[in-house]
Amino acid sequence: MTALAVTTAPSRWWHNRAVHRFISHRLALLGLTMITLLTLACVLGPYLLPYDSLHIDLRARFAPPMTGHHYLGTDPLGRDLAARLLMAGRISLLVGFSAMLLSIVIGTLVGVVAGYRGGWIGAVLMRTVDGFLSFPSIFLVLALAAALRPSPIMITVIIAVTKWMEVARIVEAEVRSLREREFVQAGRMLGLSGTHIMFREILPNAMGPIIVAASLTVARAILLEAYISFLGFGIQPPLPSWGNMLNGAQKYLASAPWLAIIPGAAITIAVTSFNFIGDGLRDALDVRDDHI
Amino acid sequence: MRGFLLNRLSQSLALLVIVSIIGFVILSLIPGGPLSQYARDPSMTQQDMERLAEQLGLNRPLWIQYFDWVWRLVQGDWGRSFRDGTSVLAVIGRHIFATLLLMGTSTVIAIAIGTWIGIRGATHRYSMFDYLATIGAMVALSIPTFWFGLVGIYVFSLQLGWVPAGNMYTIGDGSVLNYLHHLILPSVVLSLVHVAVWSRYMRTATLDAISQDFVKTARAKGLSERRILLKHVVGNALLPMITLAGVQLPSILTGALVTETVFTWPGMGRLFLDSLGYSDYPVVMGLLIFSAILVILGNLIADIAVAIVDPRIRLG
Repeated sequence: MTALAVTTAPSRWWHNRAVHRFISHRLALLGLTMITLLTLACVLGPYLLPYDSLHIDLRARFAPPMTGHHYLGTDPLGRDLAARLLMAGRISLLVGFSAMLLSIVIGTLVGVVAGYRGGWIGAVLMRTVDGFLSFPSIFLVLALAAALRPSPIMITVIIAVTKWMEVARIVEAEVRSLREREFVQAGRMLGLSGTHIMFREILPNAMGPIIVAASLTVARAILLEAYISFLGFGIQPPLPSWGNMLNGAQKYLASAPWLAIIPGAAITIAVTSFNFIGDGLRDALDVRDDHI
Repeated sequence: MRGFLLNRLSQSLALLVIVSIIGFVILSLIPGGPLSQYARDPSMTQQDMERLAEQLGLNRPLWIQYFDWVWRLVQGDWGRSFRDGTSVLAVIGRHIFATLLLMGTSTVIAIAIGTWIGIRGATHRYSMFDYLATIGAMVALSIPTFWFGLVGIYVFSLQLGWVPAGNMYTIGDGSVLNYLHHLILPSVVLSLVHVAVWSRYMRTATLDAISQDFVKTARAKGLSERRILLKHVVGNALLPMITLAGVQLPSILTGALVTETVFTWPGMGRLFLDSLGYSDYPVVMGLLIFSAILVILGNLIADIAVAIVDPRIRLG
């Protein structure tokens, strides 16, 4: 009776060893806290601040931080920097997160097929991946952003198209190591289709590295969006993003340094958080890879 | 060796073809096409535009334009800039020195500091130094290069006045010292990310080397720890780093593009952005191909260097 009770006791998620290890990873917890606070601030903040992000007040141009209710100061048009920073955060985080989802989907598809099928299909796919990894893609990305209308969706797609290769490589290696395991052979013997084995049997067992890659890819996607927007080819004003807020800031570096320092600090905090989380997940899920 | 080289070169060639086709298609997508600059000029009539398109061969189908461009490229004619009519190779030639100077200096800085941090982190594993270096590397990888550059300019040139805020040299003063003075800040900014990458890889490679049997043998022979580290461990740990230097090339080039923008450094990155802004397609395509060739050559040299240094590797 008691034995039965023990075996059927529901296993709760916080009893999970991986969850426990993640929680005891202090940096990961710090990252998770920071990114939660940042996301909450970006979602709720604009409703709580006294100024709209697009409200122009030419009498309050270049106000330094902590003047009146302009907690982070104002920009050259007298717009409240705090309001703009939070609205920009919505765009930057959303673009980073969506680009991650898209590149994870593409990378996983390519990686699973290349790893499971192997042979010439795998060779062609992985050589393509290697080729594009070894190419300075920033030149193509900028040309692409200049060619297409740089809406947030377009920028998301462009970022995803350049970030899926690393995911594909990780997934391919993982799937290749799982391909000859007993449960896969059993599946084959049962006559399951290749698609079923790839996505229903192997993929769930390869989730660890994919989750780690996802967290690191968000970090890289946010950085890339910032680079493209900083150079003027990304998110276009009046829509603010952390990158394009820095675009004109260099001109005012001597007179209004906060215009450059504050948005850049936001980018650094967000990216660092995702990198810390990725590091914690890697330890928690016991993923071994030589990448950073 | 020859088989290996042929194999690598053919793969690189295939990549170049793919990249050039993608680049060509992208540039033809840009609204207004290559003549958009002229279209803004009110004195240009429709007839003028057509004559210009005829002269530049832009009224032909895209694939014919592509093959024509490739044919000329192979013959050494990379086209002429739309802006001032000078040849693309000459334009690139004017800017390549600045970029190579910046990339070379920051690579040297990154290797020197990164190697030191990596070795120290491995020999003092789990020490305070190792812990801080690990966190520091993660933070360094998260800082946008352009922001680090802006903060650097603000602190070291606007507030402290130690270094100039931009440009490669002061006009009228082309001395080596003047170049170096301008080079310090941008090369340090560009090297930050690579210091982080190098130190992480170097730490792993050193730990790998330390656990090898030949280190035990060296200890058994009674060599001093210092001698073991310098002669047996570091030498072996540095080998995979040669490959890493090649692999890191695209990322250094990307960083150089941004760093050049922040520091008004007259290199290929700024040339690329300017040309893109002016719809100067011959130069944009030329830079696309040129940077690809640069990266491919860099990786090839790294592979050959590893094969020469490490007698265990036989290419072919």
